[in-house]
Amino acid sequence: MVFLFYFLSAIMIICALMVVFSKNPINNVIYLIVCFLAMAGHYILLNAQFLAVVHVIVYTGAIMVLFLFVIMLLNLNKAIILRKSTVTRVSAVITGGIFFLVLLAATRQTFEIHAKYPFASDFGLVSGIGKVLFNEFLLPFEISSILFISAMVGALMFGKKDV
Amino acid sequence: MDLTELIFKTVFLIIIFAVTLVVAMYSTYGERKVAAFMQDRRGPNRAGPFGLLQPLADGLKMFMKEEIIPLTANRSLFIIGPSLAMTTALLTGVVIPWGGTLTIGGREFSLQVADLNIGILYVFAMVSIGVYGIMIGGWASNNKYALLGAIRAASQMISYELAMGMSIIALVLTTGSLSLHDIVSQQHGLHWNIFYQPLGFLIFLTCAFAETNRAPFDLPECETELIGGYHTEYSSMKLGFYLFAEYINMFISSAVIATLYFGGYNMPFIGSIGLSPNIVTLLGTAFFFIKIFGLIFLFMWIRWTLPRFRYDQLMNMGWKGLIPLAMFNIVATGIYYFFTELK
Repeated sequence: MVFLFYFLSAIMIICALMVVFSKNPINNVIYLIVCFLAMAGHYILLNAQFLAVVHVIVYTGAIMVLFLFVIMLLNLNKAIILRKSTVTRVSAVITGGIFFLVLLAATRQTFEIHAKYPFASDFGLVSGIGKVLFNEFLLPFEISSILFISAMVGALMFGKKDV
Repeated sequence: MDLTELIFKTVFLIIIFAVTLVVAMYSTYGERKVAAFMQDRRGPNRAGPFGLLQPLADGLKMFMKEEIIPLTANRSLFIIGPSLAMTTALLTGVVIPWGGTLTIGGREFSLQVADLNIGILYVFAMVSIGVYGIMIGGWASNNKYALLGAIRAASQMISYELAMGMSIIALVLTTGSLSLHDIVSQQHGLHWNIFYQPLGFLIFLTCAFAETNRAPFDLPECETELIGGYHTEYSSMKLGFYLFAEYINMFISSAVIATLYFGGYNMPFIGSIGLSPNIVTLLGTAFFFIKIFGLIFLFMWIRWTLPRFRYDQLMNMGWKGLIPLAMFNIVATGIYYFFTELK
């Protein structure tokens, strides 16, 4: 298990770095796909089968296909080198740094949260998630579904030429 | 999991692998014979008795051909494409329950490699990854026909995945489980899901045709418009892998349809004859394969009967025909179970 963890983590980190450093858009997308697959492997190690498979279906199977689709359709074949002004670069570094701080703060808390919720064997399986979603978190769940519908309708409105 | 079970699973996995390849190989023979029968011809009959060695001869030919990689192609992706198509096609067989349990030396062995809690979603995930083989191969060829084929494949698969997922949701409402093993054992006797979900079955079948790129949905490799579609630039065994992956997909999707809608390895009245459990299991597996072969024949029958769709017709049918129908199916199923099973 520990070996698998390090193996998947190594794949993820290398692929994530390649997403940033690779110049060819198609290669970027493919590295991101591999990164997502490794993340699904991490979910399985945590016994979250449902999350893992939904992650593969939604991110790897649908969203990344659309990414690849758009890049192929526009035929962005050549490597692109972006030239940005100094202000943009500095602000990007600051934003990234702040985001890193937030992540760090969240990671620090996991040690406290982890102790409160002991491991249960049905954790991460479909029935458990369903019961939690439709009892404890019913309202947020429904609200987020309304958000999705409004986003879909909005996308349709933008996509149509003559409304 | 102890050593005996590990060995059993490994041997079983290899058997499934071999059976999948052999069935896919002889599907090519079957397809040509079916086509010949429908067009009043003889079909392959030179190599071996009744032409039975034809698939071997074809395979040998594929291996012997010169391998060409175009100079303008992206070399690594050009090789990854067919490998991906083959790998994802073979991965799905793991969760399909090929039979009941065998008792060997006082121990029970299940004829299913992995009984995943989310088996049906796993199948779905593999289907959705399957498009990458075609897309990457088509793009890496650096040929406009191949690119058009790849783009067609991507948009077709995304469109039909939605309707397929929705027909599965209605099925899950009926069965109450995502595990393929549970779904099969619930269809014991003649309680096949096709009688409870006829509309869902039709939607699923149509989407399975689209997902396997079979006629009348074979637009990604439409010869009359795109030469060979995504595999225009491919030759030798790489082309063979693409063609072979299509037949494996056909076999696996027939197995999935048989599992979900035709009761899997369940055989009506088998329990009342009074045979020993092991023989019942083996008969069930044989019956499962008969169902699969029937469905493969259906795939071929439709291919040689219906003409190909036009591209806009395909998209209209997916988005405006199948998805609303699948939604209606979900709502109708939900209402039915809400009123009949109030607890």
